[in-house]
Amino acid sequence: MEAAEATAVRRSAPAWALGLLPVALLGIAVALLALLGGPGLGERNGVPVEEIAIERTELRPGLIELTIRNDGPDPVEIAQVSVNDAFIPFDGAGETARLGSRALTIGYPWIEGEAYEIVLLTSTGGTVETAIGAATETPDLDLGFFGLMALLGIYVGVIPVSIGMVWLPFVRRVGPGALRVLMAFTIGLLAFLGVDAVLEGIEIAGAGSQAFGGSALVLIGAALAYLGLAAVDAHMRARRRAARSAGAPGMHLALLIAVGIGLHNLGEGLAIGAAYAAGALALGTFLVVGFAIHNTTEGLAIVAPLAEERPPLRRLLLLGLLAGAPAVLGAWIGAAAFSTSVIALLLGVGAGAIVQVIVQIAPSIRDHAGRALTPQNVAGISAGIGVLYVTGLLISV
Amino acid sequence: MHAAFADGPEVDHRANGFEPTEMLRDFDYGEARRLPGGRTLREYSIVARDKEIEVAPGVSYPAWTYNGRVPGPTLRCTEGDRVRIRFTNASDHPHTIHFHGIHSALMDGMPGIGEAQGGGQIEKGESFDYEFDAEPFGTHLYHCHVSPLAAHIAKGLYGALIIDPRQGRPPADELVMVMNAFDTNFDSTNELYAVNTVGFHFQRHPIQVRRDELVRVHLVNVVEYDPINSFHLHGNFFDYYPTGTSMQPSELTDTVIQGQGQRGILEMRFPNPGRYMFHAHVTEFAELGWTGFFEVS
Repeated sequence: MEAAEATAVRRSAPAWALGLLPVALLGIAVALLALLGGPGLGERNGVPVEEIAIERTELRPGLIELTIRNDGPDPVEIAQVSVNDAFIPFDGAGETARLGSRALTIGYPWIEGEAYEIVLLTSTGGTVETAIGAATETPDLDLGFFGLMALLGIYVGVIPVSIGMVWLPFVRRVGPGALRVLMAFTIGLLAFLGVDAVLEGIEIAGAGSQAFGGSALVLIGAALAYLGLAAVDAHMRARRRAARSAGAPGMHLALLIAVGIGLHNLGEGLAIGAAYAAGALALGTFLVVGFAIHNTTEGLAIVAPLAEERPPLRRLLLLGLLAGAPAVLGAWIGAAAFSTSVIALLLGVGAGAIVQVIVQIAPSIRDHAGRALTPQNVAGISAGIGVLYVTGLLISV
Repeated sequence: MHAAFADGPEVDHRANGFEPTEMLRDFDYGEARRLPGGRTLREYSIVARDKEIEVAPGVSYPAWTYNGRVPGPTLRCTEGDRVRIRFTNASDHPHTIHFHGIHSALMDGMPGIGEAQGGGQIEKGESFDYEFDAEPFGTHLYHCHVSPLAAHIAKGLYGALIIDPRQGRPPADELVMVMNAFDTNFDSTNELYAVNTVGFHFQRHPIQVRRDELVRVHLVNVVEYDPINSFHLHGNFFDYYPTGTSMQPSELTDTVIQGQGQRGILEMRFPNPGRYMFHAHVTEFAELGWTGFFEVS
């Protein structure tokens, strides 16, 4: 008996070591390769590959500031800069390492509303071109600006979502059949938001630096958010079971929807903030009203699962904040314009969260026979997509 | 504010092996010797060589050069001289020298003409002697004529050829300005424009001239990819002699236009001291490097 145990220990003890064996071998192989100078892996032939992405363009009175990122495999040196076919003295000349970034400050008397073509001339004579469609001053990131962005986030996020939640009494009054259609409607809304976030993320990622994965970041963000929410969901179910509470499955679902929509509104805030910072956003009443109508339906999505429950008002407010307030955060991040890579990742997170929410809601639209895609439900889903499509036309930024 | 390159170190002229201001007044008269009968024979030597040069501060360009410089040496002789140019191709590519002037077909530097006699296209490692009588007098140019032609010229294979009239010209401070450009990213449009290769050089280092002294500029346009170029002088006018083939100016003006391969002589005197800009009045070129100053003292 003792002998058998000892054998088992001897057999099992090196398990971690066995796991590390390939890692150790890899380390030795890399060390040998480095020691021998990597035979056959010398300098790449051909001219250096120069890939520069313009991450950010900022305009101040008499100044154009570019933030560039080296997307290519080789260091790149910006030697000269021309604006609209004229060489202009600038600060920030020099070499940018792979994945490195650099700020170029160009003194130039740009004129409001006019277009500019900027050419960066590299040390090898290569050129990197970027355009300013209509020049306008980049807003200062001061307290007033963050306040404005917060106000905007509340306008388009918190208020409409909260208003939409006032559909709760209505939801309580309709019968189970109509409720299923409402849930189907919610799925339609969410599906639209998810697809929209992915497309927007891919578009933004495609325009910016590819160094950190470009559009792949959208999908990575989506996958991580989906898996993360799935894990949170499983954890919450397990806790409820352990507490043997009768629980409130409706509240659970509403919470998940609020989180998913919150992550989506983070992306919406990003788009608004980034567009405002770039001067591409006219803060008209029309736009704010458009967003309000668009996002009010999101409030309906949150309260739809609460038909059978009587949650305290405090909880409802919390749900509203959870779904709406991230628009404020998004607007801040977007306006401070973290890199396009960050924005793409966050939009992906929003999309993944929404897919997870749809998966959660899906069972609730089944009728007594277990059918999901009944004519009524299909009509509900289509209506959800349709409503967001139409209200979305109001707010293309 | 003028358009200009970034503050910082200038082009490394030593590494380039030539300097734009020095090239203004650098004339190659060859090795002269008197032939029986009294004529002068001038012998020049030109080697084509591939060479990385710095065309703007920090911007390198894989040029093809005559005698290691862009533009090539300014060959100077007198009308009626016998001229012999020993050409050696030390580049990795075939080249020729095609002179603008009056000469036989064999001496025209044209691929496909004269290969049997050792001329035509001169391959890597080969040599050929171009020989002709210097005529007509004027300011001319020479360049490679191998296809693709625009590329062979734009890469730097060009220079000025000055044939003085027998009776000479009035003494003057003579300057050679070759208007050139560089397509550094090889997209058949130029990124940099200049006189004597380095953009804004004469903006940083104005050309020193003396008040009331006759200044004679031999102006040659070799810019590829753009059909015309021009020269405009501030605060003054000049006599213009198209191609320099007449002793009578065609015009008193302050702006001339030259197409590809056109050239001429500009004569001026500065009555007032100070700095006077000169630049292409194709202002796009001006702000991409083709701008300079005369400093009159």
